[in-house]
Amino acid sequence: MPMNDPRIDPREEIVDHIGAMRAFALSLARNDAEADDLVQEALVKAWKNIASFQPGTNMQAWLFTILRNTFYSNRRKRGRELSDPEGIAAERLAEKPAHDGRLQMNEFLAAFATLPAEQREALALVGASGFSYEEAAGMCGVKVGTIKSRANRGRARLIELLHSEDAGYSDMTDQVTTAVVNAGLQGRLSA
Amino acid sequence: MHQNEKPPLEEQITENLRRVYQQRVEEEVPDRFRDLLRMLREQDQGGETRDADE
Repeated sequence: MPMNDPRIDPREEIVDHIGAMRAFALSLARNDAEADDLVQEALVKAWKNIASFQPGTNMQAWLFTILRNTFYSNRRKRGRELSDPEGIAAERLAEKPAHDGRLQMNEFLAAFATLPAEQREALALVGASGFSYEEAAGMCGVKVGTIKSRANRGRARLIELLHSEDAGYSDMTDQVTTAVVNAGLQGRLSA
Repeated sequence: MHQNEKPPLEEQITENLRRVYQQRVEEEVPDRFRDLLRMLREQDQGGETRDADE
């Protein structure tokens, strides 16, 4: 076998990015299990396609690109657009009980889950993981302005869902409350 | 400054995003991923698969 010196094999660096990949995957997938499956698939692809990684460039950006491409390609294969945002929000809530009483955070996650994937992705990349708009645009294969507008629309929608005092907020809160109550009941029944 | 109202909503949103994200980043990497990488490495090393401890 042609030998790569294992000390300089860039694949040895992949493990350092798994935490970040899981965080990014969680912003795309609808629950923990799906997020980790996505990470797993992306890791296999990354390992096998290491030749397409240019040493010296940002490995995390490269891995994220593989991960998000995998997500969108799977979604296309499944042939369904996620058309049930409240369902996703409830699911997200059900698995994230307010362990330290941060219902606020749960509401935030539930609201976040109702955003279109493109907006969640933009917010995760530029808002949470600290990539620049330019880097995020490169990773998503779109123009910088597109990333900006996705992030802005996502933020605006979150503000609308979480901070307005009109009916929209109460609706959201009701859904959230119902989801939390249901999750609690299910947990108790199966315990 | 303390008398000011909460930081702008956009900042709160970004702060929440960071917190959720960072929490996951800092979690210990589950074994399944370390095992997966080990398996991929072994496959590359010429097919001789050692019996992994189950």
